[in-house]
Amino acid sequence: MIVPILKQGEFLIASIQSALSDNDLLALRDALVEKVVALRIRGVIIDVTALDVLDSFASRTLRDVAHMVRLRGAQTLIVGIQPDVAFAMVQLGLTLEDIPTALDLEEGLSYFARRR
Amino acid sequence: MRLNDKSAVYVPIESASDLVKARQEGRALANQLGFSPGQATLIASVISELARNIVTYARRGQIVLVTDGNSAVQIRARDDGPGISDVTAALEPGYSTSSGLGLGLPGVRRIADAFDITSGPTGTIVNVTIMRR
Amino acid sequence: MYEAEKRPIPPSSDETATTLLSELAAHLRESRPQLRQEWAQRITKARLLTAMTEQEVFTEATAVYDQYVEALETGTFETLTAYARNLSERIIPRGVETDEVVGIVLLLRDVLARSLFAKYQTDFAMLNRILDAYEPAANRIANTVAVGFVQERERIIREQQEAIRELSTPVLQVRERLLILPIIGVIDPQRARQLTEQLLHGIRATRGKVVVIDLTGVAAMDSSIANHLVQTVEASRLLGATVIVTGLSPAIAQTLVNIGVDLGKMNTVGDLQGGIEEAERLLGYRVEQITPREKLADPLTDIAR
Repeated sequence: MIVPILKQGEFLIASIQSALSDNDLLALRDALVEKVVALRIRGVIIDVTALDVLDSFASRTLRDVAHMVRLRGAQTLIVGIQPDVAFAMVQLGLTLEDIPTALDLEEGLSYFARRR
Repeated sequence: MRLNDKSAVYVPIESASDLVKARQEGRALANQLGFSPGQATLIASVISELARNIVTYARRGQIVLVTDGNSAVQIRARDDGPGISDVTAALEPGYSTSSGLGLGLPGVRRIADAFDITSGPTGTIVNVTIMRR
Repeated sequence: MYEAEKRPIPPSSDETATTLLSELAAHLRESRPQLRQEWAQRITKARLLTAMTEQEVFTEATAVYDQYVEALETGTFETLTAYARNLSERIIPRGVETDEVVGIVLLLRDVLARSLFAKYQTDFAMLNRILDAYEPAANRIANTVAVGFVQERERIIREQQEAIRELSTPVLQVRERLLILPIIGVIDPQRARQLTEQLLHGIRATRGKVVVIDLTGVAAMDSSIANHLVQTVEASRLLGATVIVTGLSPAIAQTLVNIGVDLGKMNTVGDLQGGIEEAERLLGYRVEQITPREKLADPLTDIAR
């Protein structure tokens, strides 16, 4: 399943649907990086509202995306982590390290607005 | 730890879509036993971790979900894959999610009420028991 | 010769049990009207199920009877367990107690056993075989129903306790995007889990940006609960909220340091008031003190005028 990537000004917004396969996640990573370069993107917002679970593979991949996007001059932000998912993540010791997170898309966009 | 099994659900794991099925079954079982939605998500996360390891490293195996009909869920992950060469390293908690050989086992063991793992060249068995709090 | 023709040919012991159980199940179904009546009478005589009306007892008695015979015959108990829990869910709120449920099942066991005695009393060998098959099955049924009832009761009590806890540990929204979670007393792992889940759901529901967790009412906590507190702070951050911890006693501060927390990295303020002010500052509110002249008119003196 291809994840739709929207461009909003200098930002990319990717909303992950549930049941994303490992390959899909990796394909998303590559697509985001490619677009960041091609479209002079400042920030990438990944919306994980639909994910019912965030395991070590998912958090590792999200960190890879952030890292690769950073190398190309843009900041990544994760939004929409569900309360129960956040709780499970910290109990299992999974972190998104220094990737900033926000509650939802609205908060995510205001995060970037504050950092003009 | 061997649960006094009251029921068992078998989910064959062969592809990524089986991960979803296994998670859903785990969630359903947890709900039936009165686990909170937060705990049900934790169980689904553990299943995701173990089932994903099966798909990635052993190609196929199964997840068996067992309950005592009351307050405990046991997740048994089995496969006939090549096994984990260094189980100690796989269980070693580090400072990042890439520690533990990237298998996610240190975290699983941390939250488990009982955890055991057997791994060799003919396969791997991981048993995780989670009790309702 | 007539007797020999009636007696079944004895095969292996398993097969015998199954055949016997089928035979006695058939007999019990045939005699259902009178045996059920006898059972209902004994229930009334023993003053059981007084919380239910006669009609209700009759309806449930019929269902229990049928389930009983079914379980006897098939040797499988899933349907019975499900029925027992369903029945329990309905009668527990009516005030039916465990001893009543166990009592009526044992009465049914006795009524059926006597019926078997009556039927096979002229053939001791057959009676013995029948009882050999009946007794373990009947005991397992009594056990299954009792356990089902007790489990259902425990589930209901747990739900009630959880509901009470939820009422007594509120997450308070004091301003837009500002939540306070005051914690008082002793925290066990279950309560800790519940508090965290309520807080995280509260953050999402109110779009909370700053949370003040007040520990003034907590004297000490063990390292596992302290760990839990750290996890709560981390999980709140994943939802984009900042956490301020207030009212940390020296003992708790020490526990946190012992488990490896860098208190310098945790946002802590001495007391709740200070924490709220810090939270308001973070949210961009400016707190000003109103001078006495600008104070709102006292409603009492207004009325007097």
